[in-house]
Amino acid sequence: MSSDVLTAGRSAVLRGRQRYLPVLVTAGLLVAMFTVGGLRYEAFASGQIVLNVFIDNAFLLVLAVGMTFVILTGGIDLSVGAVVALSTMVTATLMTDHGWSPLATVPLVLLIGSALGLAMGCVIHYFDIQPFIVTLAGMFLARGLCYVIGTDSIPITEETYTAVAQTQISLPGEMHLSVGVVIALAVVLFAAYMLHYTRLGRNVYAIGGSEQSALLMGLPVARTKIAVYTISGFCSALGGVLFSLYTLSGYGLNALGMELDAIAAVVIGGTLLTGGSGYLLGTVLGVLVLGLIQTIISFEGTLSPWWTRIFIGLLLFVFILLQRLISVRRS
Amino acid sequence: MDDAPAPILRMRGICKEFPGVRALSDVDFRLLPGEVHALMGENGAGKSTLIKVLTGVHAVDGGEITLDGAPVSFSGPLAAQQAGISTVYQEVNLCPNLSVAENILIGREPRRLGRIRWKEVRRRAAGLLARLELDVDVSAPLSSCSLAVQQMVAIARAVDVSARVLILDEPTSSLDAGEVEQLFRVMRRLKAEGIAILFVSHFLDQIYEIADRMTILRDGRLVGEYLTSELGQVELVGKMIGKELKDLETLENAPKDIAAAERSRPFAEARSLGRPGSVEPFTLTIHEGEVVGLAGLLGSGRTEIARLLFGADHATTGELSVGGTPVTLRTPRAATNHGIAFCSENRRAEGLIPDLSVRENIILALQAARGWARPIPRRTQDELVDKYIDALKIRPADPDRPVKNLSGGNQQKVLLARWLIVEPKLLILDEPTRGIDVGAKAEIQRLVVELSDGGMAVLFISAELEEVLRLSHKVGVLRDRRLVAELPNDDHLTTGVLMETIASGGRS
Repeated sequence: MSSDVLTAGRSAVLRGRQRYLPVLVTAGLLVAMFTVGGLRYEAFASGQIVLNVFIDNAFLLVLAVGMTFVILTGGIDLSVGAVVALSTMVTATLMTDHGWSPLATVPLVLLIGSALGLAMGCVIHYFDIQPFIVTLAGMFLARGLCYVIGTDSIPITEETYTAVAQTQISLPGEMHLSVGVVIALAVVLFAAYMLHYTRLGRNVYAIGGSEQSALLMGLPVARTKIAVYTISGFCSALGGVLFSLYTLSGYGLNALGMELDAIAAVVIGGTLLTGGSGYLLGTVLGVLVLGLIQTIISFEGTLSPWWTRIFIGLLLFVFILLQRLISVRRS
Repeated sequence: MDDAPAPILRMRGICKEFPGVRALSDVDFRLLPGEVHALMGENGAGKSTLIKVLTGVHAVDGGEITLDGAPVSFSGPLAAQQAGISTVYQEVNLCPNLSVAENILIGREPRRLGRIRWKEVRRRAAGLLARLELDVDVSAPLSSCSLAVQQMVAIARAVDVSARVLILDEPTSSLDAGEVEQLFRVMRRLKAEGIAILFVSHFLDQIYEIADRMTILRDGRLVGEYLTSELGQVELVGKMIGKELKDLETLENAPKDIAAAERSRPFAEARSLGRPGSVEPFTLTIHEGEVVGLAGLLGSGRTEIARLLFGADHATTGELSVGGTPVTLRTPRAATNHGIAFCSENRRAEGLIPDLSVRENIILALQAARGWARPIPRRTQDELVDKYIDALKIRPADPDRPVKNLSGGNQQKVLLARWLIVEPKLLILDEPTRGIDVGAKAEIQRLVVELSDGGMAVLFISAELEEVLRLSHKVGVLRDRRLVAELPNDDHLTTGVLMETIASGGRS
């Protein structure tokens, strides 16, 4: 009988690989999309196309990183799109209308975003309310605050800021990157390190696995849950800064529905909505898939941009079903 | 008694009251280093409450707890754990998505400059498991391990956190025999290292195999502390139930026409019917007009047999025939169609709908049997409901009163009425008299006799041996989820014999 126990341990190694399956599927999908695009359109199969996907989606990538933390604990954050809009508004109004320096503006914006996240995290944990409804309230709050600042689009003309926005970092092979991409990738690397090499990161996974167990195992559940929403708030604010670098303006209607794009990217990247399973690499791939869909549709030329939504919708269905199949097989 | 080493843990005069219930009154308990100490008692005797009081889940209302001679009072399981008292529950409280190594060490991972040293984590986890003589791949996710291994991982974690007092609350209830053996090996090792282990289990054999000493609770009171080697199983069962053997044997026993019951046609015949893990294969025949009693301690598989016969659980082995034809009962609905009715033990959760009226609760099963497309005419409803309110003396005799406003005994009668109006051929009664007053109890017993005289087969499950004996034509005895004996209720069968059979497991 003890040999049964032993074999269970061995076959576990094989089953452990199943954990990487969703990420592998997303990677495969990405390669397939790129191959199809390369065969179908001239000038598609170039490194710059991939880099452009990064450039156009740097802010989404940062949002999705924060969302990954939240979803790994089994929660959700609907406020991120609105916080992005609020951040662009605050950035634009402070620099354009009040003449603030970017060095003062950006830290303040990041602080506002983190504080909002912290507040929502506290409400979620201490009052034991579903994250869905708390962050929905946060979303209305942040979106409403945008209109308190102004109902029109505010252009950003501050010199240093525009200079940073227009900086192109050259790479070999006549390719280039924006500052936003570098920041986004740095965030990804730092977050990946946090998730896999720090206690905070491991506690995030533990809570996603079973919050009750995490509590009984003596892990700091309260601190971790609040930290996760604070991180998401910070990422949203940083995403807002990147968004304002990208568009050089602030507007209350920016990033409408972007929280859903971020959630879609995380899910397509293989993170289970129930929490506890997923990787940041998957999230990066998920963002790339979303970006590549947009690119392909713009290359196609005749399709309306709304087809992007249709494809994202279909992909989400497929990936949710995939998640379901994997979790059914596990249990 | 005083030549024993000084106890690590001592609880004196512990009292705990919940609204309306005195869960513990004046209970003493002590735990010595290097012993396995079994906490015994039937459900509701106060075992869980004692553990919860000890680990700080509940605050004590009276009495004191001392650890190493110093009084302690824990704010929760965490504080208890930090002081050296770890608990491993029946349900494994670990994270299935994390690796085995992480589950053992999470929160205490070895780090350098805040960076977790994964190699060191795996090395230490493997070392800990090796100490428990377990060879498990520590980087495998916990969800891929068997329940037994998960249990061991939980123990490894508990031992690593604090190696003083280990509480194992029914760790064996979902393990098979081999896995239990493995767990016991681990327990013996830990015991040899001087760890005090508090062990709770419903399985008497396991207690006698592993425990050095036992403390028996009954109705929230301390019965006594005994050395396992000095207390026989029969005495143990007697102390748990609260009846001395000699008292029981003098009880009167109404004569039964066993032969007549045996002569009638068999209604339900189970041949090697079983569901391993829930109840071992059993063979049982229930004749028309026969009352078959099931006796055994709580958790011995009584309810599980009932659920198999009612199709609430699926049998994985053996076969069942009803009225001479083999049947497969996939759902309770199928069982109802074959004339089998089941009054569940848990009338609040599984039977009655508290907000519906007495009338609605009574006609529920009949209406379900007819299908929703054919509502029962109001007049028929009234006739049926009045008839059974009258026959069963349901009080108050008001068909429109919500069932939740009735007393427990009357609720039980409503549940009975519901199944009686569908006129079943086999009625399964699981603990029909538990928690109801003496008068209602007697009425339900009388009713069982009347029904069986009228030709109905009854499977009667009760924790009260006297009751089983008074009503049954024959008694099936269960122990450790196995039907160990089937005894005809003749002049020789007494509660003493039943208790001995339960204690010995049918071996004589």
